[in-house]
Amino acid sequence: MDLLRAIFIDPFAQMIGSPDLLAQTIWEGFVGGVLYALIALGFVLIFKASGVFNFAQGIMMVFAALTLVGLHEKGVPAWVALILTIAVMYALAVGIERLVLRPLVNQPDIILFMATFGITYFLIGLGELVFGGNPKSMITKELFLPGGSIDLHIPGGRVQLQKLDIAAAAVALIMVAGLALFFQKTRIGRALRAVADDHQAALSVGISLNQIWVIVWFTAGVVALATGIFWGARSDVSFALQVVALKALPVLILGGLTSVPGAIVGGLIIGIGEKLGEFYWGPLLGGGIESWLAYIIALAFLLFRPQGLFGEKIIERI
Amino acid sequence: MVSQTASPSPAPILDVLNIEVVYNAVALVLKGVSLNVPKGGVVALLGANGAGKTTTLKAISNLLRAERGEVTKGAIVFDGERIDRLSPNDLVRRGAIQVMEGRHCFGHLTIEENLLTGAFTRRDGRAAVMRDLEAVYATFPRLKERRSTQAGYASGGEQQMCAIGRAMMSRPKLILLDEPSMGLAPTVVEEIFEIVRDLNAREGVSFLLAEQNANIALRYASFGYILETGRVVLDGAAEALRSNEDVREFYLGVAQSGRRSFKRVKTYKRRKRWLA
Repeated sequence: MDLLRAIFIDPFAQMIGSPDLLAQTIWEGFVGGVLYALIALGFVLIFKASGVFNFAQGIMMVFAALTLVGLHEKGVPAWVALILTIAVMYALAVGIERLVLRPLVNQPDIILFMATFGITYFLIGLGELVFGGNPKSMITKELFLPGGSIDLHIPGGRVQLQKLDIAAAAVALIMVAGLALFFQKTRIGRALRAVADDHQAALSVGISLNQIWVIVWFTAGVVALATGIFWGARSDVSFALQVVALKALPVLILGGLTSVPGAIVGGLIIGIGEKLGEFYWGPLLGGGIESWLAYIIALAFLLFRPQGLFGEKIIERI
Repeated sequence: MVSQTASPSPAPILDVLNIEVVYNAVALVLKGVSLNVPKGGVVALLGANGAGKTTTLKAISNLLRAERGEVTKGAIVFDGERIDRLSPNDLVRRGAIQVMEGRHCFGHLTIEENLLTGAFTRRDGRAAVMRDLEAVYATFPRLKERRSTQAGYASGGEQQMCAIGRAMMSRPKLILLDEPSMGLAPTVVEEIFEIVRDLNAREGVSFLLAEQNANIALRYASFGYILETGRVVLDGAAEALRSNEDVREFYLGVAQSGRRSFKRVKTYKRRKRWLA
């Protein structure tokens, strides 16, 4: 009886009792969720266009952030470093298309998946070689990212919002909206969706798969850079950061591998869910459930809705 | 081995010269196929399952490489230029496009978006593309009604129209049409072929169409080639083919002397294997 009470009644009583704490928890979960969503977005983009599950997405995030910070450390002004990093991500996309995707066309998916492991280790090695293995701190000030926090007064208390988190949410929102527009309205975006639907047919109407792949990997690289900047600002820029990318897996399972809105909603559910779980139910288990709760949620989804919340229904005419 | 004198016309837009195609570096699928399509002509490529019709079309459109096939011998000349080493993307830009067997519309894109993807290689501006979109809608009024439907939910006939319309959006000189009748009701097949004839007459687009349905293909084409196990075994004007005794027997299904048992047909076929 006591246990049931502790699970089903006390946490909610607590939430109602102090709405400011609840709001604070939801906000923190929301920001984490937005960043998960950005990582998941990188996976979705690449999976849709090239059918590759890109294991290297997490490392791309670290590599991008590391390049940015490393260049700045070497004396390059922040804005120039940002532009150079974007250029590096483009070169990376071209390189991956030439050296990995093109030679492996028509190979089974698992081979391409393994190839992305190779990319992961290559990027780790390259990053350490060029910029060293020590954790670095993100150059938030130089990028004009705001510091400090603002207090929001709500009935029952106040919520503290980090300005950096607000900026992260805003940038994520702009990127997602921009990508959605790009996908729906432009010629290249249409071609991307066409490739995602049917490679062969896309080839037959003259869409160049190589060009599309470069664009997609580059886009994923830019998304990775944005994620890397904000994750890097919350902790340090180091290769340990890539475990964050693993959190994108439950997000993907939740949202569906092929859906951009799914990545966003899935990210938010995981982000908010794990914060609420940790704060209100965590003490029952001695805390620390944040690190695995997301996987449990994902497992439940796999059991009942394997295509995810928004996974593309396979259109089949009978 | 093929009667070159019977070639359809002196100015071909497409000239396939004795090509061999090998899949996976071992399986020889085409064993020396030659054919040509005159400018503004409609040519049919006939044959049973596995005869090599689709492979021939894919060899021309260069979609073979995506399936690990390769043209190992011979040459393909389109509009005066050799094209056997070009990418499909280059080829579409030059004016040859394939409409694949089974239509292959982009299921999650709307009909209109499908049509617009056909204009991917064009560089002549949005206005020109939109004009052509209206032209396609004029040819296929049904597509206009369904413009915002996802192509995956369109009927088979609509999908075939969508696939042909999509190809038209690239402003082609030659369309390689693979098995347009597949899985469609006879009246719809008739409709599709009427449209082919219409596009050919009005826009001057040449067609090379691969068909199992020899009956209808020979009514709309002016010239035909018959493939069997990777070789052209017979060619000629459509009229001549339609009155050819063997074609009538094997492809048009009209035997001369009433009913015969299947067993006898088989031995007859074995005996009469053309040029084998």
